Amino acid sequence: MNRLSALVFSALLSAGLSITGAEAAGDAKHPEAIDWSFKGLFGTYDRDSLRRGYKVYTEVCASCHSMNQLRFRNLSQPGGPEFTAPEVKAIAAGFIVEDGPDDYGDMFDRPGLPKDGFVNPFPNVQAARAANGGAYPPDLSLITKARSGGPDYIYALLTGYEDPPAGMKMRDGLYYNPYMAGGKIAMAAPLLEELVEYTDGSAASVEQMSYDVVTFLNWAAEPELEERKQTGFMVLIYLTVFAGLLFFSMRRIWADKH
Amino acid sequence: MSGESTYQPNNGFTKWMDTRLPLLRLAHDSFVDYPTPKNLNYWWTFGGILTFCLVTQIITGIILAMHYTPHVDHAFNSVEHIMRNVNHGWLIRYIHANGASMFFLAVYIHIFRGMYYGSYKAPREVLWILGVIIYLLMMAAAFMGYVLPWGQMSLWGATVITNLFGAIPLVGDSIATWLWGGFSVDNPTLNRFFSLHYLIPFLIFGVVILHIWALHVPGNNNPVGISVKSEQDTVPFHPYYTVKDGFALVVFMILFSYFVFFAPNVLGHADNYIPANPLVTPAHIVPEWYLLPFYAILRAVPDKLGGVIAMVGAIFILFVLPWLDTSKIRSARYRPLFKQFFLIFVVNCLVLGYLGAMPAEGVYITLARISTIYYFAHFLIILPLLGLVEKPREIPESISASILPETAASPAE
Repeated sequence: MNRLSALVFSALLSAGLSITGAEAAGDAKHPEAIDWSFKGLFGTYDRDSLRRGYKVYTEVCASCHSMNQLRFRNLSQPGGPEFTAPEVKAIAAGFIVEDGPDDYGDMFDRPGLPKDGFVNPFPNVQAARAANGGAYPPDLSLITKARSGGPDYIYALLTGYEDPPAGMKMRDGLYYNPYMAGGKIAMAAPLLEELVEYTDGSAASVEQMSYDVVTFLNWAAEPELEERKQTGFMVLIYLTVFAGLLFFSMRRIWADKH
Repeated sequence: MSGESTYQPNNGFTKWMDTRLPLLRLAHDSFVDYPTPKNLNYWWTFGGILTFCLVTQIITGIILAMHYTPHVDHAFNSVEHIMRNVNHGWLIRYIHANGASMFFLAVYIHIFRGMYYGSYKAPREVLWILGVIIYLLMMAAAFMGYVLPWGQMSLWGATVITNLFGAIPLVGDSIATWLWGGFSVDNPTLNRFFSLHYLIPFLIFGVVILHIWALHVPGNNNPVGISVKSEQDTVPFHPYYTVKDGFALVVFMILFSYFVFFAPNVLGHADNYIPANPLVTPAHIVPEWYLLPFYAILRAVPDKLGGVIAMVGAIFILFVLPWLDTSKIRSARYRPLFKQFFLIFVVNCLVLGYLGAMPAEGVYITLARISTIYYFAHFLIILPLLGLVEKPREIPESISASILPETAASPAE
């Protein structure tokens, strides 16, 4: 009975919250649920998709968006794209990082190392705004957690660009996207067919690139996801067995009192 | 309730200790041989579950504080540092964040149980009042804890709530400034909220000790609501209730684990993963789910001061509940009318919670006003009148007698 009422309560809670989420999106179109590989009790990241997603991210997103919470070393950690250590070294070395001050008090540039953070496309917020028509491209480290609808929403946004409805006036530098609250977004459709050249032979359709890059972004936001779900599964098994043992102990202890 | 102590120190050390500081005797009399009504159902297991929640929050909280930085420039990133770089930091933080929700889930069940079975009535008024104090402290702790990650909802939630103090006539603005340590929610506010968030759980712990003390003087209430009359009515706390509470706790932990491992952000708000920005107001500022009913009451009143008074009143009215309920019968089992009004009251609270999550406009405002009026009417009109007009059902002789008919019907057992 306890368990049942607890379940009912959690259902009520979740229902209440999904209402909040839907409501927060305002007049925007509701994103469709995508069948992510990382969804569900046993969901894991698709390693190939993560690597392709990283390619899309570096070649497209990273030219405007920062990724402040990630370091190059994260790319080789378990549960992520799992590039090898030499691969990560090579990736990091492809970026120029400012370091210092040196013994003479001067800042100097050097190639990136695995310990370095992802390199920001702009030196500061003002520079980012100036280069993007006044709009600040948000940091992508937590983007799938920071938007209601999560990865489904980001996917819908990336694939959902269309012509504005008749009568809607679009200021220069704004684009129509029905999934965006208000319908207007300062980012032009970022993905075009074959924009990225996949090295594993996958066709770089807008849908495929969106799926891959959102998988990558979800990993960036939740790098612990695989470990979390695996641990959680073991914890649930342990607790269920423990609850069973306690239940039968209780029956036995109470036997003479009923 | 506690008669003669049955504690027997059985070795040299415990005998020596017993004549100096009888801690083990206290523990034995409180949690081993403590006579407990034998008819307690699963709704009574939430006391133990709540203790577990408090201890879990304190332990995970202390570890989080080792890695957290209470500064507007670093708070958000230090939380992400915990999530990404601290060993099992994600686990500790998700336990702490979801633990707050679980704590409130359990406390609401615990409070509603007390209301249904009349556990606040004589001689347990002080026990009830201590419980309301714990609940108030919990709300303060939870509110301040939600500010610490310094996301958008942290900043704006704190702004909305602290602004309420501005509604107090004459001194309101000064109080708000004093609370903020400045002229808006900013670094000094974050710093003191961290300090208080660390302090309050220990205050709660102290009041919990008083709460358990006040419980152990009259003893547990029970589902039939009549006092223990003989030893026939009770069983020793251990092993009977240690095992029952233990079982319920582990089932509760299964639900808890589901949220921590598989839906850790379902109970939170997406906006709190956006760093706080004083220049951008979120489209809808909503508190955590457990504060929504009071948020609905706040917004239902068209006047700011009136709203604050209604919201505070909605909590403080619980302090006088023992004197608003005029019925001498404790358990709703023997109060056919009260039972129905109790159910309506619970549904009304859920409706208020739902309305608190909705924007304060159109039909939601009207509904929130009706619900708010009903909330107060339940305490101020229905409960006092019910005790006078209701005809209670026949009450059994004793706790044993209330269980007896079943056993008498099947003597073969």
